Amino acid sequence: MDGLDIPLNHILFISSLLFAIGMLGLMIRRNIIFILMSLEVMLNSAALAFVAAGAHWGQPDGQVVFMLILTVAAAEVAVGLGLVLQVQKRFKTLDMDHANRMQG
Amino acid sequence: MSKIIWLIPLMPFVGSITLMLFGKNLRRSHIGYLGVSSVGISALLTALLAIEFMQNQEVLETLVWTWMQVGSFAPGISFYFDGLTLVMMSVITGVGFLIHLFSTEFMEEDPSYARYFAYLNMFVASMLILVMADNLLLLYLGWEGVGVCSYLLVGFWYQHSANGHAARKAFIVTRIGDTAMALGLLLLFSHLGTLDIQVLMGKASQVWEVGENIPLIACLLLVCGAVGKSAQLPLHTWLPDAMAGPTPVSALIHAATMVTAGVYLIARTHGLFLLAPDAMIVVAIIGVVTSLMAAFTALMQTDIKRILAYSTISQIGYMFLALGVGAWSAGIFHLMTHAFFKALLFLGSGAIIHCLHHEHNIFKMGGLRTRMPVTFWSFMIGSAALAALPMTSGFFSKDQILLQAYQLPDLGPGLWMAGLLGALLTAIYSFRLVFVVFFGEANTEPDKDTEWRMAIPLSILCFLALIGGYFTIPVVDVFPVTGGSHPAHWVEYVSISVPIVGLVIAYFVFLNRRINIETLTTSSFGRGLGNLWLSGWGIDWLYDRLFVRPYYRLANLLKSEPVDVIYNAIVELNQLLNLWLSKSQTGRLRWYLVSMVAGLIILISLASNLGPGVLQW
Repeated sequence: MDGLDIPLNHILFISSLLFAIGMLGLMIRRNIIFILMSLEVMLNSAALAFVAAGAHWGQPDGQVVFMLILTVAAAEVAVGLGLVLQVQKRFKTLDMDHANRMQG
Repeated sequence: MSKIIWLIPLMPFVGSITLMLFGKNLRRSHIGYLGVSSVGISALLTALLAIEFMQNQEVLETLVWTWMQVGSFAPGISFYFDGLTLVMMSVITGVGFLIHLFSTEFMEEDPSYARYFAYLNMFVASMLILVMADNLLLLYLGWEGVGVCSYLLVGFWYQHSANGHAARKAFIVTRIGDTAMALGLLLLFSHLGTLDIQVLMGKASQVWEVGENIPLIACLLLVCGAVGKSAQLPLHTWLPDAMAGPTPVSALIHAATMVTAGVYLIARTHGLFLLAPDAMIVVAIIGVVTSLMAAFTALMQTDIKRILAYSTISQIGYMFLALGVGAWSAGIFHLMTHAFFKALLFLGSGAIIHCLHHEHNIFKMGGLRTRMPVTFWSFMIGSAALAALPMTSGFFSKDQILLQAYQLPDLGPGLWMAGLLGALLTAIYSFRLVFVVFFGEANTEPDKDTEWRMAIPLSILCFLALIGGYFTIPVVDVFPVTGGSHPAHWVEYVSISVPIVGLVIAYFVFLNRRINIETLTTSSFGRGLGNLWLSGWGIDWLYDRLFVRPYYRLANLLKSEPVDVIYNAIVELNQLLNLWLSKSQTGRLRWYLVSMVAGLIILISLASNLGPGVLQW
């Protein structure tokens, strides 16, 4: 496919940036929905890196792993949303700082 | 008769078991009948056996059943009966019967009447097994049996902790000797392959020469056992404390029978001791030193039973002296006469204690001569026999011992002199007891008088203590003949006169008060010596410092389990770490995330510093 030739470094930079944003969101958000979304961002940043690397080396493996990540993300969201429902039911809030009863 | 010899120890045993099982449901009078009659039947059977033995002099051996069989070692529940056994059995069942009869009145008001007779019957059964056993293992069974019964009866009034202490002391101190004796038995078995006493004697004299080392060691170990049981130096400390038990128990166990078991053991294994002359010298020296030590101690005691206890130790010392100089039959003869007069004295003191509100201090008695005439005459006769005044039973036996001791070469005259000093002291302390208790001012009034159940045993024992010296004990065939020559006449005269001198001294010091010992007893030297004697030469104090306290200290040290400290430290370290790590389990999701990220950053930065190329693009 001819077209824009974006250097790999740029894509990896974007990917790292997305990863960092996701991780930051994970750390600072208290709402579990946002935590899940941040997780999604992190997964996708990794997927992006795989796709870019696959394209750069001309190998299909990157896209295969992308499909795997997509599936994992879907499964994770399914379980995660189930947990979110339970959290809402038990704690009447989505603030994860209030769901801290399991401590040493 | 020989067929039913096993009935003799069985009767008291059955009586004991019956009382143990059904004692609570029986009426008091029935308990008394049962307890006394079981020993009474044994005494009757023994008397029949004695009559038969007098006619045919037949040595009986009866195998009741084989106890156990391990290879060629097959000790049986088997009895050996000869003149020595007969003497011991007569003393045990005869004196035992009288003491049982006495006990029915003495213990009348005790709540544990059945328990008392159960123990007492069990004691008689064990003691009979001890003297009738034909092998040393069965003898050891009886030996331990009487030890247990002694423990149970000394601690009979267990509600007072002091009595329990005395009982434990008696048990533990004798156990020291018993352990040595067990070692002796093992040594004999490992060398001769048998424990059957008669076979053992025969084999020993074939295998070993006189003066060899192994029989010496075996004999010394047996002597240790005998010393423990018979309360000789250095294991005598339990006997004065054992007076915590009821007085008839002291009469039966701690005067007449059990404490003489050591004498019996040495006499029974005399064949072995003849192979070890050094062991016999040791026995003689132990005997004479113990008899002197105990006689000095008895001079100062104020508790009537402790005086008698120390005099028992002293008299058994004479028996050991007799055994040590090879005067076997004289030793056994003294054992028998001692059983008569010491049982008499103990029962007499029991009568006094019974009628005087359990008063033990002789200086709080006094003037009992007119108030308790039966007891007074018992004590007069008993003390005369104990002091070996001429024509009493004690005179004949003690005289034989001293004369035979004199004839021993080298050591003989020395032992004789020491024995005479002991006899002098014996006369002084026994008549001090009589003069203080029965003469002078009355301090305590008796609140009851002795009934027939006390008076009859006392009278019979009085009779025996008087004429016991004219008995001939049938042990001629048992022991080798000793002492052919007769010592010079002056030796005999001195032996006769010494107790009389003692009596006169006691009379002038304690009754007539012509001799004033006030200045002597109040001087610092006299007081110090008196206190030393009162405490039994401070031996209890010494043992307390040497053994009891270091043991307590060690126990205290080990109580905190010093070895476990290491393992406990490991456990505590783990628990500390656990506590510390579980603090990090906050339950906050974001905290976990932050720590994860922090960890990741640390890892990555470490990895990038450690190895170039790990994180290459």
